[in-house]
Amino acid sequence: MSDISRMDRREFVKLLGGGILVCVNLGPMTLFNSTAEPAFQRRGYPEDINAYLHIAEDGQVTLYSGKIEMGQGAMTSLCQMAAEDLGVSLDSMHIVMGDTDTCPWDMGTFGSMTTRMFGPAVRAAAAKARLVLTDLAAERLDVARESLSVASGVVYVTNDRTRNVSYGALARGQAITHDVEEDAVLRAVRDFTVMGESPLRMDGVEKVTGEAKYAGDVRLPGMLYARILRPPAHGATPTRVDTSAAEAMPDVTVVNQDGMVAVLCGDPERAERALGAIGAEFDEPVPTVDTESIFDHLVESAPEPRVSEQEGDLAAGRRSSAQTFEATYHNSYVAHAPMEPHTAVAEIRDGKARVWTSTQTPFGDQGSIARAIGFEAEDVQVLTPYVGGGFGGKSGGGQAEEAARLAQITGRPVQVAWTRAEEFFYDTFRPAATIEVVSGINENGKLNLWDYQVYGAGARGSDVFYDVPNKSVRVYGEWGRGPAGMHPFAVGAWRAPAANSNRFAAEQQMDIMADAAGIDPLEFRLMNTTDDRMLGVLRAIKAASGWETRSGPAGTGRGRGVACGIDAESYVALVADVTVDSNTGEVAVERVVCAQDMGLVVNPDGARMQVEGCIAMGLGYVFSEEIRFEGGKILDKNFGTYELARFSQMPEIETVLVSNDDLPPKGGGEPAIINMGAVVANAICDATGARIYRLPMTPERVLEAMGRS
Amino acid sequence: MKEIVNFTLNGEAVALETDADRKLLWVLRTDLEKTGTKYGCGEGFCGSCTVLVDGVAVRSCLVDLDYIKGKDVTTIEGLAAGGDLHPLQREFFERGAYHCGYCTPGMIMNAHGLLQANQNPTHDEIVQGMENNLCRCSAYKRIIEAIEAYAGANGGDHE
Repeated sequence: MSDISRMDRREFVKLLGGGILVCVNLGPMTLFNSTAEPAFQRRGYPEDINAYLHIAEDGQVTLYSGKIEMGQGAMTSLCQMAAEDLGVSLDSMHIVMGDTDTCPWDMGTFGSMTTRMFGPAVRAAAAKARLVLTDLAAERLDVARESLSVASGVVYVTNDRTRNVSYGALARGQAITHDVEEDAVLRAVRDFTVMGESPLRMDGVEKVTGEAKYAGDVRLPGMLYARILRPPAHGATPTRVDTSAAEAMPDVTVVNQDGMVAVLCGDPERAERALGAIGAEFDEPVPTVDTESIFDHLVESAPEPRVSEQEGDLAAGRRSSAQTFEATYHNSYVAHAPMEPHTAVAEIRDGKARVWTSTQTPFGDQGSIARAIGFEAEDVQVLTPYVGGGFGGKSGGGQAEEAARLAQITGRPVQVAWTRAEEFFYDTFRPAATIEVVSGINENGKLNLWDYQVYGAGARGSDVFYDVPNKSVRVYGEWGRGPAGMHPFAVGAWRAPAANSNRFAAEQQMDIMADAAGIDPLEFRLMNTTDDRMLGVLRAIKAASGWETRSGPAGTGRGRGVACGIDAESYVALVADVTVDSNTGEVAVERVVCAQDMGLVVNPDGARMQVEGCIAMGLGYVFSEEIRFEGGKILDKNFGTYELARFSQMPEIETVLVSNDDLPPKGGGEPAIINMGAVVANAICDATGARIYRLPMTPERVLEAMGRS
Repeated sequence: MKEIVNFTLNGEAVALETDADRKLLWVLRTDLEKTGTKYGCGEGFCGSCTVLVDGVAVRSCLVDLDYIKGKDVTTIEGLAAGGDLHPLQREFFERGAYHCGYCTPGMIMNAHGLLQANQNPTHDEIVQGMENNLCRCSAYKRIIEAIEAYAGANGGDHE
């Protein structure tokens, strides 16, 4: 591909093969405005647009998106949005994702923001493209724009459909770009033919045939597979490195430069053996914190809190409450563990670096790769093939920079593919957290006090949507931005960051109060909020789950729990049924029902798939996922000890999408996972009378809570 | 020590001059450029690298080339005949039994092996047979539904 930076738009559209390019600038109203990104500003095109579409001379339409596809189905839902407002069928849509040379700048694929933030730009671009094409058709057919209508990529004279012209015909012989300033009207929900449907996913055939390419599947002539010497613990420094045995191995290249020791070979297994032949000793810091002591450490090392909510008077609230409740909740570090470890392939040729990488942030990587190899950002092209799961763990990572550095040093294309052990070691874990809650209710079971302190996790999901006159939420350290030493290794965003920790605490605290007040837990939530959307999902879950009112734990070994929350502007409530084996502490989740209000739903089945994935993935952190460590040494290195959710744990899952078409689309990739800890804990408590304050709820901890250990 | 290793890959004869102690996964992915078979853990825990050897699902990250001498190896690329999806692939596709797709070839090959050994599996037998394949996106529910639908269409006792 030729270098298209510093290229004007006319050249750019020629590069795309002629046709019509339609650009939109929604202005600073979207997060995708580029003004803060100097690398982008230097590129000469399309410096001022949020999205664009290309209509080729054969009528095929290509959407360019800085978003990436990591399993969330964005490829299909973005094309549905473009097809709807452009007036074409989905099978004429194509999409290029995460290519820094051809896609508009994008912050990254995270936070369930693709549909709710980038979606409006796509729809606006498509609607404006429809205007451009309609105007061209009006000229061609010599009629007024108002007399035309569009269907499946053909512009018709509304009163005489024999007079028509296709988008392809309009695009033929053109090499033009249009910047549309005029506002175009989006299609109304009642007129939708593509949005609101659940077409088969556009990436599906490739994925079931093995044709789908991930970063590790890129093959370049002369490519070397690299393995890099890693320290045994975070904070360890090498005291001796002997590469002589590796250097003596045939066809092996050894690099020892600027702190990186690597071996490279055309055969990945031989590269692995060469790495094993390196003699190395490290100075390891003495561990000061481990899997068990971390929770006190988080409180002791906490920075000054950020007060995220404050109302009324805590002391007065405590005095005026009929009953008060104090509890402390914990959760361990959790890994992202995508099935595809971080992988990159880099090639440097003619002063330009091309890097294929598994990333959620191709434009961020472009800058960091450029810094790593001393290039200008515009001379680095990041290409993002399919990403094999991200969950927040692939926003950066370092493998792309490593591959680029090694390609620069060796002069050959280089693949860096982390092993599973490297993946566990260099993961940016979901932070461990300690959460302290003091809450109170009045004689009628109305909330009167909410004193909430979260250490280590962050604020998301701690917002108080219940009505409480006296409340304070203090946040000690955000994920990824805690003070040095708070966490013994890197932490980061993990699917709905912080919200899983915060809902685990808050929604159990609600049940504790409901039980003490002798009020049904679902009723207790309904009577303590006036938020219409929350009331909506709670009423929906009550009906869908066949909720039976109760005033205290059943204690029969079978139990049912409820929990709710807000994430990515979506409202979600879950009900779970569990069975607890009182001899082993094993918990089986039999059924989970989810009610979710996510505004207008672009692709209902895609939304359900995300809900199902959230619930099933959540069972891992609920029951078994826990990074064990001693200081900077990560003891879990593979799935033999770090246990993800499995087939046999799957409950029945029922999803109710609460209709709310008047609201633009909200997030769908994360909300349903945030309540998994609390909904299961509440169900276990209903089944056994025992409350569990720590994630994961292993059989041992269940037995301990039941007094059976 | 290099030698000639003969086997059949997706119905075609292969003769590789190489070391027979190499792992099948890496030979498939590098020498033969069959990249549909994925590395997930390298120790047999996850099943992303599952292929069939003489109709039996194996973890190719654990299998030496020596083991497959003279045998039939089927990878995900060998499943779709003449460009048409295999019915099992079609069920995975149409039921959305995948998210990111990375574990999907291993899931399909493991299910394919399971169904060759037991054409009429019960729900529990499918769950047990798939238990050691991991999907981090956790599309487990629909994977089971896809396998059940395929098994049911082939005479199995499934709705």
